[in-house]
Amino acid sequence: MTTATKLPEKGEYKWGFHDSQEGYAFKSRKGLDSEIVAQISALKGEPDWMREFRLKSLAIFQSKPIPRWGGDLSHIDFDDIYYYVKASEKTGKSWDEVPADIKRTFDRLGIPEAERKFLAGVGAQYESEVVYHSIREDLKKQGVIFVSTDNALKEYPDLFKEYWATVIPPDDNKLAALNSAVWSGGSFIYVPPGVKVEIPLQAYFRINTENMGQFERTLIVVDEGAYVHYVEGCTAPTYSTDSLHSAVVEIIVKRGARCRYTTIQNWSSNVYNLVTKRAQAYGEATMEWVDGNLGSKLTMKYPSVYLMEPGAHGEILSVAFAGKGQHQDAGGKVVHAAPHTTSQIISKSISKGGGRTSYRGLIKVLPDAEDVKSHVRCDALLMDEDSRSDTYPTMEIDNERVSIGHEATVSKVGDDQLFYLMSRGISEEAATKMVVNGFIEPIVKELPMEYAVELNRLIELQLEGSVG
Amino acid sequence: MTPSSGNGTAPLLQIEALHVSVEGKEILKGVNLIVRQGEVHAVMGPNGSGKSTLANTIMGHPKYQVTGGDIRYLGQSIVGLKADQRARQGVFLAFQYPTAIPGVTMVNFLRHALNAVRGQEVPVKDFRNLLRDKMTLLKVDRSFSARYVNEGFSGGEKKRAEMLQMAVLEPKLAVLDETDSGLDIDALKTVAEGINTLLNPAQGILLITHYQRILNYVKPHFVHVLAQGNILKSGGAELALELEAKGYDWILKEAAALPQGVSQ
Repeated sequence: MTTATKLPEKGEYKWGFHDSQEGYAFKSRKGLDSEIVAQISALKGEPDWMREFRLKSLAIFQSKPIPRWGGDLSHIDFDDIYYYVKASEKTGKSWDEVPADIKRTFDRLGIPEAERKFLAGVGAQYESEVVYHSIREDLKKQGVIFVSTDNALKEYPDLFKEYWATVIPPDDNKLAALNSAVWSGGSFIYVPPGVKVEIPLQAYFRINTENMGQFERTLIVVDEGAYVHYVEGCTAPTYSTDSLHSAVVEIIVKRGARCRYTTIQNWSSNVYNLVTKRAQAYGEATMEWVDGNLGSKLTMKYPSVYLMEPGAHGEILSVAFAGKGQHQDAGGKVVHAAPHTTSQIISKSISKGGGRTSYRGLIKVLPDAEDVKSHVRCDALLMDEDSRSDTYPTMEIDNERVSIGHEATVSKVGDDQLFYLMSRGISEEAATKMVVNGFIEPIVKELPMEYAVELNRLIELQLEGSVG
Repeated sequence: MTPSSGNGTAPLLQIEALHVSVEGKEILKGVNLIVRQGEVHAVMGPNGSGKSTLANTIMGHPKYQVTGGDIRYLGQSIVGLKADQRARQGVFLAFQYPTAIPGVTMVNFLRHALNAVRGQEVPVKDFRNLLRDKMTLLKVDRSFSARYVNEGFSGGEKKRAEMLQMAVLEPKLAVLDETDSGLDIDALKTVAEGINTLLNPAQGILLITHYQRILNYVKPHFVHVLAQGNILKSGGAELALELEAKGYDWILKEAAALPQGVSQ
């Protein structure tokens, strides 16, 4: 799904280039305080309630300690980050309206081409703001809303306010509070009752500035009996200093509806990726997270599903690849808040060249939730002796009438597997790829063709060398 | 008894004074063996005699270190080659314990292997036809190709899958490491039939086995007894029957009576 002007060197991060920042519309000073937060709100021309929401969230952020579990966050200097960078004045509805430099970047990333070929709508965020947003006319006519979250606040204020921060309130965790204070961009999706969006909607996120913080906020409401598949991808230039990406994604899946949210995260290895993603699934509804983490320095992300009413089903498929200097702390959480609910978590992680993966998961069954079924499977594959994998599964089961299964395996790409494949003429490199591709097959087969190809390709690039 | 082997041409496989160690322990202690095209050699011996070591060393498993002697394939030493290079030259090993490769289908695996061995992309249609023919030949169920390599295979299915790979890749030298072990009599017959069907005058087979019974179905030209890291006795097909009747002890005693260093 991407085209590039040149093929990458072995193991080179393909999207590490950056554009000039000349002609940027606005760049806040570094650091974070109430003045910056108020400035962001004023620049966006927001209503008072949103400014107050932001300032209240800032206070929460400042009052909460930095998490000490998961990955090492001690090196993040929150005062050394640009919290708001606006490259362009407006959101284009066609690519011609996007500034040439930025359009060129998205061309290199293959986004307009993908849109023409197999997407129903595309959002493209560059730095803090969405620079392009478009949805197919027929979907628009059926009442499907797919706009930037900033525009949703302006164009659909009532709908927006009804759901905003209802799934993840600012005091949920320190980074959710940070996002709530300085959020900018992201997608807002509303699918009316019974409407099925058969072709995926996609958003693409790009950081360009060094020491940049990107804080998009996505809110998806899938009304009764509706269906949507939303896909996000992301890349950033390779810099020697760190950037921060801290998104919040809230999803409400109403009765009988289904939502699938697919992420292929490929940040450069200087990005801290600390994301809170949560969905509420109501009666007979299905929520599926397909979460692929390949890039970043440290990712902490545990997409969760709250099963609110009987018959709800939650599924999390997580695949993580950690190369040299990377730590992928990923997994998923399911809260069974109602009886007769079911869930499944499948996690596949690969560590190579000293990389580290952790599976962190939670299955929680509330006291009244009878007849609950849940199955967790996490498999880790180690490519060499230097790499590391850990599993942190948590079960909080407060009802006896449940069926919970948990399986975990750690395997090494064994000499025996490689020898077996090589004894059939397959080179060591091809044999390694084959073993890895086989390992993630259960997840890849769930993806639409284009994304399956992309995920395989990204993993093959990672396997060809340590990522820079 | 020996079929013509093209006078003057190099033997398919020539093993000379081969010493092999595994994790510092010497397992093979000067093995000599020649296999010519069109010949079937059976290597028999008690458990722990080094039979699997010989098989894995010919294929080039990195765990098995050649500390002395040589392995020549069509006149060229292959000791320095990796397993995939050997396979591309026509060497094949049917494994005693084939490894499972989860998530990789047989058909995908076989196509990659065939492309690698042939050194060129085989058109998908040609490959499909070839696979279908070989599956029919070996009476392998069609559903096989969609299954993951060796995953959840029964003992018999694993061995049949090895035969299928051999049929598709058409190696010049096939080493079969206890392909008969763990098979019931019907499966054994099928495997033996497979070997007989695949054997052609340009090919050589080294059949490593613990039991004589497969030799009721596959007739070897030569039988060798490998014990204590060496080939202690060689003979014709009748030697296998003698072993069946008398066991291995008499050969070990015979060998002990010989002066040190003499092994034939």
